[in-house]
Amino acid sequence: MMYVAAIFLPLLGSIVAGLFGRFIGDRGAQIVTCTLLGVSALSSALIFKEVAIDGNYVTIQILHWMQSGTLDVSWALKFDTLTAVMMIVVTWVSFMVHVYSVGYMSHDPAIPRFMSYLSLFTFAMLMLVTADNLVQLFFGWEGVGVASYLLIGFWYQKPSACAAAIKAFVVNRVGDFGFALGIFGVYFLFDSVTFSSIFAAAPEKANEVVHFFGMDVNAITICCLLLFVGAMGKSAQLGLHTWLPDAMEGPTPVSALIHAATMVTAGVFMVARMSPLFEYSTTALTVVTVIGAATAFFAATVGCVQNDIKRVIAYSTCSQLGYMFFAIGVSAYQAAIFHLMTHAFFKALLFLGAGSVIHAMSDEQDIRRMGGIWKHVKVTWVLMWIGSLALAGVPFFAGYYSKDTILEAAWASHTWSGQLAYVMGVAAAFLTAFYSWRLLILTFHGKPRADEHVMAHVHESPAVMVLPLLVLACGAVFSGWLGYEMFVGHAAHDFWRGSIKVLSDVHGAMENLHHVEKWVALTPTVVAASGIVLAYILYMFVPSIPGALASTFKGVYLFLLNKWYFDELYDFLFVKPAFKLGRGFWQGGDGALIDGVGPDGVAAATKSIAQKVGKLQSGYLYHYAFAMLIGVAVFVTWYMFNAR
Amino acid sequence: MTDWPLLSLTTFLPLVGALFILAIRGDAQVVARNARNVALLTSVATFVVSLFILGYFDGASAEFQLKESAVWLPGTVISYSMGVDGISVWFVLLSTFLTPICILSSIGAVETRVKEYMVAFLVLETMMVGMFCALDMVLFYVFFEGVLLPMFIIIGVWGGARRVYAAYKLFLYTLLGSVLMLVAMLAMYFNANTTDIPTLMAHSFPQNMQLWLWLAFFASFAVKVPMWPVHTWLPDAHVEAPTAGSVILAGVLLKMGAYGFIRFSVPMFPLASEYFAPLVYTLSIVAVIYTSLVALVQEDMKKLIAYSSVAHMGYVTIGIFSMTTQGVEGALYQMLSHGVVSGALFLCVGVVYDRMHTREIARYGGLAERMPKYALVFMFMTMASVGLPGTGGFVGEFLVLLGVFQVNTWVALFAATGLILGACYALYLYRRVVFGRLTRDDLKSILDLSPREAFMFAPLIVIVIWMGIYPITFLEPMHASVAKLIDNYELARAAAETLSVAAR
Repeated sequence: MMYVAAIFLPLLGSIVAGLFGRFIGDRGAQIVTCTLLGVSALSSALIFKEVAIDGNYVTIQILHWMQSGTLDVSWALKFDTLTAVMMIVVTWVSFMVHVYSVGYMSHDPAIPRFMSYLSLFTFAMLMLVTADNLVQLFFGWEGVGVASYLLIGFWYQKPSACAAAIKAFVVNRVGDFGFALGIFGVYFLFDSVTFSSIFAAAPEKANEVVHFFGMDVNAITICCLLLFVGAMGKSAQLGLHTWLPDAMEGPTPVSALIHAATMVTAGVFMVARMSPLFEYSTTALTVVTVIGAATAFFAATVGCVQNDIKRVIAYSTCSQLGYMFFAIGVSAYQAAIFHLMTHAFFKALLFLGAGSVIHAMSDEQDIRRMGGIWKHVKVTWVLMWIGSLALAGVPFFAGYYSKDTILEAAWASHTWSGQLAYVMGVAAAFLTAFYSWRLLILTFHGKPRADEHVMAHVHESPAVMVLPLLVLACGAVFSGWLGYEMFVGHAAHDFWRGSIKVLSDVHGAMENLHHVEKWVALTPTVVAASGIVLAYILYMFVPSIPGALASTFKGVYLFLLNKWYFDELYDFLFVKPAFKLGRGFWQGGDGALIDGVGPDGVAAATKSIAQKVGKLQSGYLYHYAFAMLIGVAVFVTWYMFNAR
Repeated sequence: MTDWPLLSLTTFLPLVGALFILAIRGDAQVVARNARNVALLTSVATFVVSLFILGYFDGASAEFQLKESAVWLPGTVISYSMGVDGISVWFVLLSTFLTPICILSSIGAVETRVKEYMVAFLVLETMMVGMFCALDMVLFYVFFEGVLLPMFIIIGVWGGARRVYAAYKLFLYTLLGSVLMLVAMLAMYFNANTTDIPTLMAHSFPQNMQLWLWLAFFASFAVKVPMWPVHTWLPDAHVEAPTAGSVILAGVLLKMGAYGFIRFSVPMFPLASEYFAPLVYTLSIVAVIYTSLVALVQEDMKKLIAYSSVAHMGYVTIGIFSMTTQGVEGALYQMLSHGVVSGALFLCVGVVYDRMHTREIARYGGLAERMPKYALVFMFMTMASVGLPGTGGFVGEFLVLLGVFQVNTWVALFAATGLILGACYALYLYRRVVFGRLTRDDLKSILDLSPREAFMFAPLIVIVIWMGIYPITFLEPMHASVAKLIDNYELARAAAETLSVAAR
């Protein structure tokens, strides 16, 4: 009962706040949604204990869903360690964000709607992580997509917000296109979409070859690759990442909840959930590694030159998701989920902290117009420091444990892709530390660059916003060393209990990571420290250098500033041609060709023939007599020729 | 009550109502009011009666049920025979479900010739229901063509500015196909010496003949579906039709073609169906991609939804000719959900059209500010149209693609691009109409949904959610009939194969 309630209470809250918001008022909507989410969060803690610690895995059938031929799908909730971990992350971060929103959105005219969307999102995300089959996972998957669409477009008066919302949905749909095909492929192969039966049958299908899309390919590889396309969309991996930075158009609590802590990690979760399938395809895992590593590096480079405080953090999210994926690629799923959890805490902290800054700066988001405000917002300042320390992987903060584990695992995998990922990952770690401190320095330190009017208003956020930050900060500080033993340490095997499958004789990264050379483990910390030092030099001590660098390497700078021109490229390749084709098909195809030759053409032809024939009837006797004479002449001639 | 002629009752009850309306006399106001009331009452009563059909229907059986038979044309094999199976029963219900909603939506929208309008709608209902129930080829043809007449009048009399052009286009397009179908029916009669549909389904036509018959039927049904490239009547008809006309057009009339494929083409000409499946796939894929792109650039709300209908019906034809259980059931499901969802979308357009008297997208924007309820309903239906899991739209698309993937991965791949394109045009429309800033002065006083309108949408929303969360209700009665359809198809294919092997 509690298990079901934990999932459906947010939905209830969403419905109440959404449909009856007018009757219960702003305050009522806030109380209802926050309370229900609080209950849900507490239940997940209990569920975590029962499921993950005590090891009582359960699957609860709720309702039959679809049945057609051999396809049989149910609404069912599956609770294992992986789910329990995700539930903790989702409900607690969501709860904190709900509470924070009470303060952050207090001046907004549509509070019930906002709270309703937040709760709806949480419900969809919970459905996603508790799904026991691929189709239900897809339900949650699309559900979080819609919630994200609604929340990005929350301020629907802003054209940029509307555009970003559509972009997020459509780019995600591109991923879902792959995901859906992946589901069809899995069904083709296993005749089922339920996890337990897929996983049970996976070993015997390991070497099966199928004929898909005109190619003979390994069945599991193609399924995994298609599913991974879905994960790329949701988790903003290189190529399908373009929506994530734009999604920052939404209110900041949304960015923290959806575009940092939970939804974007759904791709990581999904691949981890499908580990019993991915394990049988080295090709797919290699692809995952390479894409993950490339994303980690790419996003970090872009993050270094962005000027919008939220965009910097957004690229950082993108980059950290890359880490999670290459961890998965080297079969260190546990490390990926570990990083997912620590990242959720410190990234939500950073985002909400950024929200607090924006709130204090009268909705200013450009870090070039901030600076020198640390004295006025001391709590936020300290919390942002904690978040950045955790993100950069400074020892003993949460990110240090998880990120180092990932990098060590990448090295320990002893594959070319793993080593590549290690190199890229270390480079990204350097950049991460650099842009984090660039952000901190530009925002809080140095001389104020905002005008006096704004500076006079700078103030610390109310308690209702600070308290959630404190809770998240605890997570950012302690979740690393608290979770290390359980997630990736020696207790890991008993903790995960088969919810993640690794063929450890083939993919030994998780085993070997504890035995890597000293320098492998040390390098990330060293580069992070040097990144911080560099940021200090460039932005604190000699602030003239960045400008000089930018003008010297103008090409590189613009390339990074414009995000490697991905948006322009897609606009040129897809968006413009789509509209052009549409217009061409409409006017040329439907209008000129089909209608012109078809109905309109036939009608016009009929009419013109009728008119011409009509002209023959002139009414003059001599016309008719003439025609008759000619007719007689023709017939007589014809007769005479034939008679011969 | 089992021995009551439920099907005939459902079919002809609206006609009785129409007679009553014809008898109404008095001054214009009273006539209009009474005509509306009688029409609404009749259609609701018809819906209730049709629920009994469902109640007495045995989903486990693949046979035609609630059969009725009477002498119609003595001295010929042509008879009046009716019956439903798991495929047609849902379309009867779809028709009876949508008609009261249409009549409800016409209140306030149609002010001229109300009496005649209501009569036309009730006659239309009779024709639609009769078509789905008919078990005699000739009877089917009569109803099939009969649907055109009231529709022609509804568009031609109560339509927009270019109504006459649209009405003629609709009429001529569909008639051209139907003439070929009539010829094919004659040929079938001479070959099988019967016009009884169940008997014809069991009859096996010579392979060569099947090809020609299939093409003749295809000409008629493809226009009705409509399949690319004979779809151009649809946007014009939709744009010019009054709201309720559009709802029926999209909700039921488009389903007649696909129903025809399932009732005639596939079971009676299985070999030809297999032979021509690639043609259908190709046209359907073109429809999905081409019309989605065209929908993207439309400036007229109704035209956009009309084009999206063509794309959605592309899935239906793909599903039918995949000849897998999931494909066919998905196609049927897609037809039902599209009937409800696109109907609701046209009603959404109707709501703002009644207020502003324009369908031009650019004339709107920022409606969310003044019309939150409307924004919610429209958003919900947009999402259902995009095929969001949890709504009816998803189940159909999902099953179709799943089914066709088992047969042909390329078709699934190309058809699935519709998932992306569908999201593009639907959300783009929603953004331009509902989101944005409310700038136009005449929109600043626009009113939200009235209780009547809210009442009209409520059943549609319930059904869409129901279809999304618990589709078993609708799928279960289909299973037996679809299984039989596919078994017969496989049998015929196997028989032809042994024959050709033996001939070699």
